[in-house]
Amino acid sequence: MKPKVVRYLDKGEFPLAEEEALRLYRAMRRARFFDEKALTLQRQGRLGVYPPFMGQEAAQVGVALALEEGDWVVPSYRESAMLLAKGLPIHTLILYWRAHPAGWRFPEGVRAVNPYIPIATQIPQAVGLALAGRYRGEDWVVATSIGDGGTSEGDFHEGLNFAAVFDAPVVFLVQNNGYAISVPRSKQMRVDYVARRAEGYGMPGVVVDGNDAFAVYLEAKKAVERARKGEGPTLLEALTYRLAPHTTSDDPSRYRSKEEEEAWRRKDPILRLRKALEERGLWDEERERALLAELEEEFSRELALADSAPEPRPEEIVEHVYAEMGPDQKRAWEALRRGLHVEEVG
Amino acid sequence: MRVLNMVQAINEALDLALAKDERVLVFGEDVGRLGGVFRVTEGLQAKYGESRVFDTPLAESGILGMAIGLAMGGMRPVAEIQFAGFLYPALDQILSHLGRWRHRSRGRVGLPVVVRAPYGGGVHTPEQHADSPEAILAHTPGVKVVIPASPERAKGLLLAAIEDEDPVFFLEAIKLYRGARAEVPEGYYTLPLGKARILREGKAATLIGYGGMVEVMLEAAEVAKREGVEVMVVDLETLVPLDEDTLLAAVRETGRAIVVYEAMRTGGFGAEIAARIAEGALDYLQAPVLRVAGYDAPYPPFSAIEHLYRPNAKRVLAALRKVLTY
Repeated sequence: MKPKVVRYLDKGEFPLAEEEALRLYRAMRRARFFDEKALTLQRQGRLGVYPPFMGQEAAQVGVALALEEGDWVVPSYRESAMLLAKGLPIHTLILYWRAHPAGWRFPEGVRAVNPYIPIATQIPQAVGLALAGRYRGEDWVVATSIGDGGTSEGDFHEGLNFAAVFDAPVVFLVQNNGYAISVPRSKQMRVDYVARRAEGYGMPGVVVDGNDAFAVYLEAKKAVERARKGEGPTLLEALTYRLAPHTTSDDPSRYRSKEEEEAWRRKDPILRLRKALEERGLWDEERERALLAELEEEFSRELALADSAPEPRPEEIVEHVYAEMGPDQKRAWEALRRGLHVEEVG
Repeated sequence: MRVLNMVQAINEALDLALAKDERVLVFGEDVGRLGGVFRVTEGLQAKYGESRVFDTPLAESGILGMAIGLAMGGMRPVAEIQFAGFLYPALDQILSHLGRWRHRSRGRVGLPVVVRAPYGGGVHTPEQHADSPEAILAHTPGVKVVIPASPERAKGLLLAAIEDEDPVFFLEAIKLYRGARAEVPEGYYTLPLGKARILREGKAATLIGYGGMVEVMLEAAEVAKREGVEVMVVDLETLVPLDEDTLLAAVRETGRAIVVYEAMRTGGFGAEIAARIAEGALDYLQAPVLRVAGYDAPYPPFSAIEHLYRPNAKRVLAALRKVLTY
């Protein structure tokens, strides 16, 4: 039996309070704005390699906004939208993608950790972080995210199994965007939906239209609530599409068609939500313009902040390797600080 | 003072750590009800409950990943990997994350994780149960590597490792588990990480090793003494951070160095020791630095010839003759 794909948009349903819906829209639009700016900055040589998330805003923001302030986000590298929605300052994110050390220490108040570059290693770590809350008498829930390709990794399996065995309060978001860089889902797995695997782990699996912010948000809310009540983890699969390349170094025309991209562009999660808001009289061109002006102003301010970060010091290379520097780090630190090669001071 | 073996001493350290700090958790495969395949965690689950001492699913990467997450969330996990040769499924967690989190978060996320694992040969374990992967771990930035050589050292070093703010691999020589017995002080005490020890003074040559090789070096030194040759014996104890000062001073004093380790020779941690000696004590050397190590082959599971792989006192003495007659 095919799992049901949860969907509200395009069916005329409006299952959220108006304020909540507007909050989702603003956060998604803000994320998209960042993504577009980031691509521009990258082309100008003012950002490093950047993995855009364009098209996946509903999946990422929907889950992030379903969390409370005390809950954690454990993201993979594509989750910039999730991080922004969880409260990571824009200038920190710019510095992060600039590979500037000042952007690699996320502020204490933000319950999110640095993105994971290896695939699926975040999954068992999210489980540990979730269990730590229980030991400490905190009721935090952890949302972690992975792509359809990542679900082939052993750590995905180990992490989900651990989560189920220990009833860990985790929401596993699988953003199924159809591709692992270039390899289509059909060559990645023999099942039609990743969420089918949930049963094999002994946890609920839910499939949502990942470009339907209402569906993602509401199902994520349920999963978060379940987790917080001690009822264990949920596998939440969001069917979506990456409208942009894998990273700024990728050329998607080598593995997918323009027609396919066009078809998904018409299902852009931001356009779909905006349409629903407009039909209800909650949004119009004027409000959109006002929001964009606000975002432009915020981004310039944040970019200026990022630009004002001091150049990293050479000795930062060997800082924070250990809580206290070992003799080998100390020697290198002294040399780097004096502008010398360590071989000269050996 | 009472005499304990290594298993008892480590068990006592875990017991004391669990009692002292409620953030300490002990987990791994079969560590709960069974008390570990070597009984190192015996009685701990009964005493501290299934929430603090527990069995995990059989998945090493999951164990390491969960330990990292627990530490992120403020706990102090002590994970057991059943044999050091079973660490390999967890290498992504170890190489990509365990030692990197503090650095990549610029100090926000420190991971006070201890990973205990029995290592090494000498007791006819099955295939792949006798590996000595310390060089791989020592080649990982951001982690510490400690390998105790006796029960009283193991107890104090393990308690120090658990108190440490950074990830520590704590490798326990299987050969010493029940083979090494010593007087072990009662109660809670720590011994400093990052300090090598001179176990024996001597002017003829310096033997350098750690863990299961320490008793081998001491035996060789004893035999040499009977022949009128006094050698110095250095127990490194902590591989990372390495106590280079003690190491170099010990080599400078004799001018002859033999490094003993039971891992495969090429790229083993003894190669690092030899390199440090070449960099820091070349002018004092009167003979080449020699390595007495495992052969460049997998640890042989063939019981009749297995003992030829692991360095013993005879091989150390052969090397000693070579450096003395160079």
